[in-house]
Amino acid sequence: MNALVGHLATLLALLLAGVGAAAAFVGGRRGDARYITGAQRAGIAVFVLVALAFLIMERALITHDFSVSYVAQVGSRETPLFYTVISLWSALEGSILLWALVLSIYTALLVRWSRRRADPTGDAQLPYALGTLLCVNVFFLLLISWPANPFRLMSPVPADGPGPNALLQNSPFMGVHPPLLYTGYVGMSVPFALATGALLAGRLNPDWTKVIRRWTLVPWTFLSLGILAGAWWSYEVLGWGGYWAWDPVENASFMPWLTATAFLHSVMVQERRGMLKTWTITLIVATFLLTVLGTFLTRSGVLASVHAFTQSAIGPFFLTFLGLVLLGSLALLAWRSEALRSEGRFDAALSRETAFMLNNLLFAAFAFVVLLGTMFPLIAEAIRGVRVSVGGPYFSEMSVPIALLLIFLAGVGPALPWRKGSLELLRGKFRWPTMAALGTAVILAAAGVRAPLALLAFALAAFSFGLLAAEFIGPTRVRRRTTGEAGPLALWRVVAGNRRRYGGYIVHAGILVVAVGVTGSATFRREQEWNVGRGAAVQFGRYQIQFDSVWAVSESNRDGVIAATTVSAGGRLLTRLSPRLNYYPTSMEPIGTPAVRESLREDLYLVLLAYAADGSHATIKAIASPLVGWIWLGGGIVALGAVFSLWRGAAARQPRPAPVPGAGERPGAGRSRAVTEARA
Amino acid sequence: MLLSGRRAGIALGGGIVALVFAYLVWGGIGNNLVYFLTPTELLAKGPAAYGASIRLGGIVQPGTVHWDADRHELRFRLADTNDHNVEVVSTGVPPEMFTEGIGAVVEGVWTPDGVFHCHNLMIKHSNEYRPPPPGAKPAEYYRQLFRKQLS
Repeated sequence: MNALVGHLATLLALLLAGVGAAAAFVGGRRGDARYITGAQRAGIAVFVLVALAFLIMERALITHDFSVSYVAQVGSRETPLFYTVISLWSALEGSILLWALVLSIYTALLVRWSRRRADPTGDAQLPYALGTLLCVNVFFLLLISWPANPFRLMSPVPADGPGPNALLQNSPFMGVHPPLLYTGYVGMSVPFALATGALLAGRLNPDWTKVIRRWTLVPWTFLSLGILAGAWWSYEVLGWGGYWAWDPVENASFMPWLTATAFLHSVMVQERRGMLKTWTITLIVATFLLTVLGTFLTRSGVLASVHAFTQSAIGPFFLTFLGLVLLGSLALLAWRSEALRSEGRFDAALSRETAFMLNNLLFAAFAFVVLLGTMFPLIAEAIRGVRVSVGGPYFSEMSVPIALLLIFLAGVGPALPWRKGSLELLRGKFRWPTMAALGTAVILAAAGVRAPLALLAFALAAFSFGLLAAEFIGPTRVRRRTTGEAGPLALWRVVAGNRRRYGGYIVHAGILVVAVGVTGSATFRREQEWNVGRGAAVQFGRYQIQFDSVWAVSESNRDGVIAATTVSAGGRLLTRLSPRLNYYPTSMEPIGTPAVRESLREDLYLVLLAYAADGSHATIKAIASPLVGWIWLGGGIVALGAVFSLWRGAAARQPRPAPVPGAGERPGAGRSRAVTEARA
Repeated sequence: MLLSGRRAGIALGGGIVALVFAYLVWGGIGNNLVYFLTPTELLAKGPAAYGASIRLGGIVQPGTVHWDADRHELRFRLADTNDHNVEVVSTGVPPEMFTEGIGAVVEGVWTPDGVFHCHNLMIKHSNEYRPPPPGAKPAEYYRQLFRKQLS
């Protein structure tokens, strides 16, 4: 029953998405409101049907209905309820269903938002954008209706299933990371649809650019959080003490982030100066293409990867879709090249435009480096017939110089004025930050830090942080002088008066904090392993780690072996850490859960590698990662800044007459036309 | 149409930057390639393979495993179906599943003394998620280990 209804819902959604897309294009072309309204209703119906299919799958999982193929694949009566619920995205078919759900939510949001805009026939971009987004829906619904159908009927019905992938069951964080990542990843379809809509309509006005920017910033924020959540998961669960391995799955999420970040910057040049239009549109198309490519690479099984779920028949579908989008976008860009002609030109080498240009070149180069490294094994195998992989050092060697320049620009960019800067102005602005950078380098060198690249990175981060701080302090000082407000109030008024701009600076500060964390943990990581007898202790840097005992526990879905240790430093008890090994019926190998003592200065990370059967010995690995906590802290700051930047002030909402009385007063309503005060 | 001086300068500068970048990327990839080989392929390459990053896959030959607990050093021979084998030395505790006759992948460098110095030892299992083969009961194996101690 579940299988039948679920499959019918996805088929109906597929049909409606197709009809809706056609209606949207016809309606946009003829300017016929009836067609447009029909397409909007189809969009809402697609959302309702996909949500229904999603809920049916959840119900089937929770009630252990093994007649549904996907439940038979990932379900088990032994799995705790929480992991049963999140096992929906533990394998290929379910993750495509989650993808379709997120996409349909975005589609419904776009419909809701376009209804709030005045006359829908007034701008043809809107129906064209909706039509494009519905076409993307068609593709993913096609996947879950046919090659990746999770609702196939099982016969005979198995009595029980194997349960989800053991790695998924090992941490509750798997409940958070994939939805966050998907919300970001899938959300990049919306700016792509909006840009395509503008190209089809032949209109790319500054108002529409702002719309695209806001619809990009939302998924960008989720994507940033999703990537960091993945890194955190890798750190807390996989037991190797690292958080980033340049694995294809990680690269797949990182590449669109790079191009989307480049877009968020170039769009400001376009908005402000009417330049870089083709480039900006190309970036948004590239971002979408990279999300599709990433899904193809990781889900079709063409690249081996620790994350790879399964080989499947969806490869050719993705490749066809990728080719269609690529060719269609190129044709559109060529066709509309007239509308994308630049209105301005660069006035001076020393200006914010130049900083944005450099930023974009760096991000594009970064994305290219990652793309090439990820695709190279495929190319080598296809052309030369050799099986190779590109080692992590390639990515590190290439990304370090790019990242250093980006750290530098994160502060210099905001400090430069539009059009033309002067050396005198920069000299004044650079004085204190330069001293902060030199001071940082000298203090760290005196404290014994010898790695030159790390010193450079820390100094550059201090420099940029100083420049950013000046952007907050300067205007606050002026305001205090003119209004006589207290410091914190004046600071708040300044920041709240231009949320988009200051939100961006907070994001920059967060990125700098992440950069410091990455530098520290990548450069100064130490690790060691010992075979310790019960009651004995080992020395690791300033820590003394004593192995107390090892015991076993039995849980419904797994068994575990836990080693208890006492960690002290300088004779003072610091903490008790209990790393464990978990045995899942679905996994031949035990999966560890490391125990971590977290602090902003340094994480102490213990892994249980092996143990003697009688409990007399245990092999323990210790990893010390300085500053790794800064990465998660920085991620929080980035999210905070992005939300602040999206948060529209009352002043921005009021002057515009709302199309529906009262509707414009609600947060999020007519979000596009908002940012009147914002000039970054 | 002739390019103006400024545009030509920009194009030239951009071209040079792009070429340098391409050269760096190409060199970076070339220096960091890891080749996937079997012992037969490795031995066939001979001295040409010394020093390159290699991922070697094969079977841990029974009777060749030697674990030096004091030095945390593991030695064994990795063989493939043609019974060509390569001596491997690895530092650190091997994975829990490591045993004679199991498929393993070692990542490291082959040196002229004929020893493969491995810095990453992996048990060969498909990246694809797969339940244990019929008959294998990892949980029971573990329970037996602890029965004595717990009772």
